[in-house]
Amino acid sequence: MISELINVSIDELLRELTPHVLGSVVRKFRDFSAGEDAVQEASLAAAVQWPRVGIPDNPRAWLTQVAFRRMIDHIRSETARRRRENDAALDANFIVEASASENASSEDDTLVLLFMCCHPELTEGSAIALTLRAVGGLTTAQIANAFMVPEATMAQRISRAKQTIKTSGVPFQLPSAQERGTRLRSVLHVLYLIFSEGYATSTGGELRRDDLAHEAIRLSRIVHKLQPDDTEVAGLLALMLLTDARRNARTSAEGDLIPLAQQDRSLWDKQEITEGVALISATLPKGSVGPFQLQAAIAAVHDEANSAEETDWPQILALYDVLKRISDNPMVRLNYAIASAMVFGAAKGLELLSALDNDPRLKNHYRLDAVRAHLLELAGDCEMAVVHYRAAAGKTASLPERNYLLTQAARLIAPEESTSV
Amino acid sequence: MKYILLMNATKEVFEWYSKWPKEELQANMAFMRKIAAELKDEGVLLQTAGLAWPQQAVIVRAGNDGQPITDGVFPEAKEFLAGYWLIDVESAEQAYKVAARISLAPAPKGTPGTMPLEVREVMDRAPDEMP
Repeated sequence: MISELINVSIDELLRELTPHVLGSVVRKFRDFSAGEDAVQEASLAAAVQWPRVGIPDNPRAWLTQVAFRRMIDHIRSETARRRRENDAALDANFIVEASASENASSEDDTLVLLFMCCHPELTEGSAIALTLRAVGGLTTAQIANAFMVPEATMAQRISRAKQTIKTSGVPFQLPSAQERGTRLRSVLHVLYLIFSEGYATSTGGELRRDDLAHEAIRLSRIVHKLQPDDTEVAGLLALMLLTDARRNARTSAEGDLIPLAQQDRSLWDKQEITEGVALISATLPKGSVGPFQLQAAIAAVHDEANSAEETDWPQILALYDVLKRISDNPMVRLNYAIASAMVFGAAKGLELLSALDNDPRLKNHYRLDAVRAHLLELAGDCEMAVVHYRAAAGKTASLPERNYLLTQAARLIAPEESTSV
Repeated sequence: MKYILLMNATKEVFEWYSKWPKEELQANMAFMRKIAAELKDEGVLLQTAGLAWPQQAVIVRAGNDGQPITDGVFPEAKEFLAGYWLIDVESAEQAYKVAARISLAPAPKGTPGTMPLEVREVMDRAPDEMP
């Protein structure tokens, strides 16, 4: 039992130290790709040794030293390889003088690493994997497990992502002031994707990918600490907390999806709600409102209602109205239509949906049908609701969603019809 | 997003394939090995396999006692799965591109068209909040 607890705390400690150690290694050796491997090896060595001999007095120095040694081994073998290739002239280029940025604080290193791992040249999948490994300190096996792909596939993806960074020549430094805003948006986007993946796929009994949701929250906390004045960073963290708070209520023990209105609110995490509400309440008055803050505000309104009936829909509608003005996203328009239906009645919502029928981004997307089915049911047109629930079921690529939508349709039809073929 | 690329063929196609000349068979086999290695290297391939041929296929049902009752494959069955590639990519378009690459598998001269593949998404996407 106790040794298990020690292992958990070692794992947390290692993951916390990863970006700092990696920052030191990259600043010294100027090689992100090899440095990242060296840090991962140092962490693995620590994970094996520390539970036996205890955590060293200065774990960060221990890890840095081991990683440095690995780097030197790596350089030696590279040098030897190059000699064999009669390319000894390149040796001198291998060890680069530590630059002026050596003095940069290791706090900044985490941010620099995040910018690097979420570089726009990388695909979303690569950025996610690299961020989880280089900044999150997860092993390739853990990441592969979270995304349910073989470890070899994930290893290959990470190695190619590092190659992309190498060839694109991204320097190990903070982006310029004018670039920083857009680059920070890419980082937030990647963190949001990690969160969504973890949140959406975790079910009551099954803790499959939910580590990812907590990892995304942990990383967002770090970014928020480093960039306390960025309102969208705060908005993203608040959104994650306010969404994660509902996690235990969003699926049944069997893994069936439970819509917000039917969730058992006593299962919501009060602590996360309190923290998220305080954060978004402190952030909104600062001005410069962005999509993450608005989504967090909407989540807060839902979370603060003691029952579905008490939900302040006019306020949610007003927030979606602002959100749809600043982000041209058809999913926001769908949610706006739902909120309108809750305030003005189902007919109003259905009228707004008809304007989305020709949106090419929703073509073949299940959600337009799912929302229409829901609103038709609210309007009392069960026959058409069934048609659209079934249409939505045919378009989704998520098994829990299809199960939910088929069940919704089956619930509305007469028993004799459901059994006849 | 995960997709499975299915290589289906009629019995006639299996028989035709078994009669290809040596060079063309070898070119096809080398291509299949190469494309698998490439997709693996790209971090795209999760799994691939070829299936034993249709003459070994059996249809199984449970009898009243729950025990298997085996039967030969129905003669009216038109197509059989010959092999598949399970891939993980970021969009349907990328899956189609991978399928198109495999579709270029070489065949004897004079064979009309390229090899067709059926592309199906695996139900692995994360669910949204339901309305």
